Amino acid sequence: MKKSVLKSEGAISFMSSLISIFCGLLVGYILLWVFNPKYANYGLGCLVTAGFSSPAKLAKVLYQAAPLILTGLSVGFAFKTGLFNIGASGQYTVGAFCALICGIVFKLPWWVCLLAAMAGGAVWGFFPGFFKAMFNVNEVITSIMFNWIGMFAVNVVFANIPSALDNFYGASNADRTAGLDAANPGAIIPRAGLDRLFGSTYMNISIFLAAVIAVIIYIVIKKTVFGYELRACGSNRDASLYAGINAKRSIILSMAIAGALSGIGGAIYYLAGTGKYTLEKSLLAMGFNGIPVALLASSNPIGTIFSALFISYIQVGGDAMQPEFAVETIDIILAVIIYMSAFSLLMKSVVSKLIGGRFRRKTRGAVLDKEQEGEAQ
Amino acid sequence: MDDYVIEMLGITKVFPGIVANDGIDLRLRRGEVHALLGENGAGKSTLMSVLFGLYQPEAGIIKKNGKVVQIKNPNDATALNIGMVHQHFKLVDVFTVLDNIILGVEPVRNGFLYKKEARRKVLELSEKYGLRVDPDAKIEDISVGMQQRVEILKMLYRENEILIFDEPTAVLTPQEIKELMATMRSFTAEGKSILFITHKLAEIMEVADRCTVLRKGKHVGTVNVKETTKEELSRMMVGREVSFTVEKGRFRPGGVELDVRHLTVPSKLHKNNAVKDVSFQVRAGEIVCIAGIDGNGQTELTHALTGLDSQSQGTITLGGVDISKARIRERSRLGMSHIPEDRHKHGLVLSFTLMENLVLQRYWEPQFQNNGFINKNAVRAYSDKLIRQYDIRSGQGSDTIARSMSGGNQQKAIVAREIDKNPRLLVAIQPTRGLDVGAIEYIHKQLVAQRDAGRAVLLVSFELDEVMSLADRILVMYNGEIVGEFDPRKVTVEELGLYMAGAKRMDIRNIGKENKA
Repeated sequence: MKKSVLKSEGAISFMSSLISIFCGLLVGYILLWVFNPKYANYGLGCLVTAGFSSPAKLAKVLYQAAPLILTGLSVGFAFKTGLFNIGASGQYTVGAFCALICGIVFKLPWWVCLLAAMAGGAVWGFFPGFFKAMFNVNEVITSIMFNWIGMFAVNVVFANIPSALDNFYGASNADRTAGLDAANPGAIIPRAGLDRLFGSTYMNISIFLAAVIAVIIYIVIKKTVFGYELRACGSNRDASLYAGINAKRSIILSMAIAGALSGIGGAIYYLAGTGKYTLEKSLLAMGFNGIPVALLASSNPIGTIFSALFISYIQVGGDAMQPEFAVETIDIILAVIIYMSAFSLLMKSVVSKLIGGRFRRKTRGAVLDKEQEGEAQ
Repeated sequence: MDDYVIEMLGITKVFPGIVANDGIDLRLRRGEVHALLGENGAGKSTLMSVLFGLYQPEAGIIKKNGKVVQIKNPNDATALNIGMVHQHFKLVDVFTVLDNIILGVEPVRNGFLYKKEARRKVLELSEKYGLRVDPDAKIEDISVGMQQRVEILKMLYRENEILIFDEPTAVLTPQEIKELMATMRSFTAEGKSILFITHKLAEIMEVADRCTVLRKGKHVGTVNVKETTKEELSRMMVGREVSFTVEKGRFRPGGVELDVRHLTVPSKLHKNNAVKDVSFQVRAGEIVCIAGIDGNGQTELTHALTGLDSQSQGTITLGGVDISKARIRERSRLGMSHIPEDRHKHGLVLSFTLMENLVLQRYWEPQFQNNGFINKNAVRAYSDKLIRQYDIRSGQGSDTIARSMSGGNQQKAIVAREIDKNPRLLVAIQPTRGLDVGAIEYIHKQLVAQRDAGRAVLLVSFELDEVMSLADRILVMYNGEIVGEFDPRKVTVEELGLYMAGAKRMDIRNIGKENKA
């Protein structure tokens, strides 16, 4: 009896997500018409099918999804403790930096680079958590500042380590880091033959790493005493205080763990050996994209895997729409689709109403309460 | 004879999953005090919200002076001269009394505020009804009693004829309640009509002419108060016999469990101390009640005792161990249980399931975990046990989300959790606030059972009835100090009221002596 009810709730969740994604695509399609009617159908086709059009494209989807899963987990994990980690971008950058320094300069193997990135991201998450816990400084402000501090600090340090830069290995560019192929192939995340299978060097084991980490985070949040404390602290700080939970410790640890997750995200993106870190004066979008990933998944770690895959998928689709559509236009359309998809919670009550009053009360509870979804899945 | 000023006929209001009002009739005569009685969730607030235009009923009509009227929003209600004093006052704290009274009906001349006329009218009303207020004082600076008078003046200023009072006495001293009753009488003498929502039967017996009782959204009956009794009313309200007297075992106090000495706690609201040099003891097998009006330092005192806040001076000893600086969990381990004042703020994590809430104070114990993982089976078994033992009712048992439970059952869950810890000392603050008669009876029984089992109970309550029926010893708190100590068998409610209002006080040094005597 209980099981069938839970199943129904899961079904409602799933259906409402699908409906919202459909609505998002519909609005995206209308926008395509507005921007370039001639190619609207072609654009929509790209958006929906490009990701599956070839193994190489699918490899790109998975390659981009891996760091998105991690930044999504990072934001979602902090949400569980009632914190808004808008600093994922900075933590991601610092993580990438630690990984690349270890790989390029110290010639360490890839897994040591990952651990270093984890530590670097954790430190960058620790500070906003520390200030929040000790002096009640809003974590949003601190982590935004740490985004900029992290990005510029990383640029300065890279610029002053000649052996880390691309021109040290004979390339002409001094504004990006050295390629791992030339500097230290051992730092590249193993591809385990997947690159040959997919016919793309984008493909490596990082998507599996990310999925495993998501499962671990799920277990930590749902099954451990530590996770219980974090959730209590996030849902009702006064009650957690009353229960004798050390809220300060929870806040600091939660932000440090969130930072570590983003840090790993930065590492697996740049340790794929396909991209180089460019010394630019803008924050990396991968950190901010973690926010919609987490929201779409209602901060559920398992859901994060799928929402990251979805966002990565339409990004690859968007890339395929060039040159018929301008990059900016594509960005707008993608943003609208993601925005509409985030209405899945709203859609849930609509769906349950359509299905009938039987589930109405339960589902309303579920909408109120994100925790419920974990239980349902 | 039957000159009805308001008639609500066949009012039905349905919310998803619940019929809040099911064909309710309410007829208000001109110049009467009409009490509306019912447990929580009986539909009183819904009915009043319908009358005030906040909800539209699915069925039923409202008549004023015999004519059908449409009340679509509160403005319509105001236009029909219906006014309401809400349980939680709707006043702007940083505005003056006068500004609050004219808010929404500001007198304007040439586009500018013109308050002279308004002030004259307010002072006139204030004098006429003996509602003393200072028009220039800010709301945040005046007493709760005066704030209520401001709310009443607001209704009078708008020349309302139908006055709704939603649990107006909860925040008042016995003397202030008397004054309020007299004011209500003077209103009805002028032909105004009053709807009086309350839980308190004694007040109905004293001031109301007729009483309508609701139960579970249904109209149980309307009775003439003169022809009924308290017992009859409570039976109509609850649907069964309710005992008002609490059966207590023989008073056999044991050793001192809680010893508080010279406790001083700073206030968060102002520069003065909220608790000033307070000393008292609670012995095993004894219920000590701290009586007083809300806001006289009780909250700060209990926060310091339970560790939610820290004191600036003084010591707290529990069972012989100094816990003045101990953390909350340490206090809990040493045998302190705490039924907090605000069950939604401190007592429960509303988004957690019932079973997660039932282990909130002991989830870390070895029996509930395996190497850092929560032992869900053990938690569920424990939770199922408490649910059975303490009769906690909910939709899905251990898996119910706490938010979806009724207030009474939420409180039962907290009481179960705190009592089942086998505490040395149970600190309970307003444990029956907002609960219906059945739940109050249950909680009182549990508190007395703790006392009879030889545990120390410290009860902070603003309800004098509760204090008188449960306490073995009463301490009165006024303005952060303990101003009197009484034996409940040797003191009257009126006498206590004088101490609670600060009109009388004992010599502090004598308080300890009385204890020994």
